[in-house]
Amino acid sequence: MGLESLGHNFFTGQLEDLVKWARRNSVFPATFGLACCAIEMMATGAAHYDLARFGMEVFRASPRQADLMIVAGRVSQKMAPVLRQVYDQMVEPKWVISMGVCASSGGMFNNYAIVQGVDQIVPVDVYVPGCPPQPETLVHGIITLHEQIRTGELTRRRAGGEPLVVQPELQSAHQS
Amino acid sequence: MSDTDARENLLEPPGDAGPEVAPVPDVVAAAVIERFPGSQFHSSHGQAVVYAARDELGAIAAFLRDEQQFTMCLDITAVDHLLDGVRHCPEGVEPERFEVVANLVSHARNRRLRVICQVPDADPRVPTVTDTYPGTNHAEREVYDMYGITFEGHPDLTRILMPDDWDGHPLRKDDPPARVPVTFKGDPSPR
Repeated sequence: MGLESLGHNFFTGQLEDLVKWARRNSVFPATFGLACCAIEMMATGAAHYDLARFGMEVFRASPRQADLMIVAGRVSQKMAPVLRQVYDQMVEPKWVISMGVCASSGGMFNNYAIVQGVDQIVPVDVYVPGCPPQPETLVHGIITLHEQIRTGELTRRRAGGEPLVVQPELQSAHQS
Repeated sequence: MSDTDARENLLEPPGDAGPEVAPVPDVVAAAVIERFPGSQFHSSHGQAVVYAARDELGAIAAFLRDEQQFTMCLDITAVDHLLDGVRHCPEGVEPERFEVVANLVSHARNRRLRVICQVPDADPRVPTVTDTYPGTNHAEREVYDMYGITFEGHPDLTRILMPDDWDGHPLRKDDPPARVPVTFKGDPSPR
């Protein structure tokens, strides 16, 4: 970015960088706490671990206003079409974090009632393992998602596209 | 108004036994067997159980509620004995694959009773008890959903736990238990 002539109150930058900066610094999660992982998600949003420092403290109840769906908890067979419908109602750009082992792979529930991994229903960007994951683990997953947003394509086509491979460089993250 | 013999030890031999048939130690079970001959009494760990013919389940429920003061049906559930190596049934009871179990409570008399019906696999039908105990509506739907046993006369026999278009009855022993075949190191036999 061109910060040399700040005295004139202008700075320049690439449009893509500015758009990605805006997108990753105000990701609004949708309320999709299903089970025990929801408690850890609430703890992450609470004072000690604090999602507000990422601009994420507002959990939007309406999927139209949400950017990120954190699937926190086990998804039952009956809940699966509801999950898909909420995901479809979200507006692009949207991301999905699969929080906990039950959302990532069915967890300890390898049975008739639980969907074996929410990626059977929606495309997932970041998997956060744990039962439940510590709030720090979820924050790590969120930072990984921010890295994906920072280094990924602006307009992304999921269907038929190649998977995004991201090496989060935490030492150079959060440029501003 | 509780029965004085509510705490009787059912395993004690009765006082004066009749010449051929020993009287049933539980008063209510005796009344059920007298009204519905063909039922069998069994004492399960000190609890009174009546094994009845499945066509009479609705009539037995009505009899127990109206004449024996069993105002509460705790649960209707089922058992699948497909994988039992040895089947334990009291004599006089024809064992089938499924059992439908009704647990009944009389608060006035401080008694409990279990009624068990054998249900064959080829024809899994049982009369409903929802007209006697309306609270068993969901319990019978759950038995239908999990075992595939239909309750004749039920007002709305649809799936309650699984999605409406689910294929199969999950708690049957021949329904596949695991969705993902999982093996662990040193696992002797695959499921």
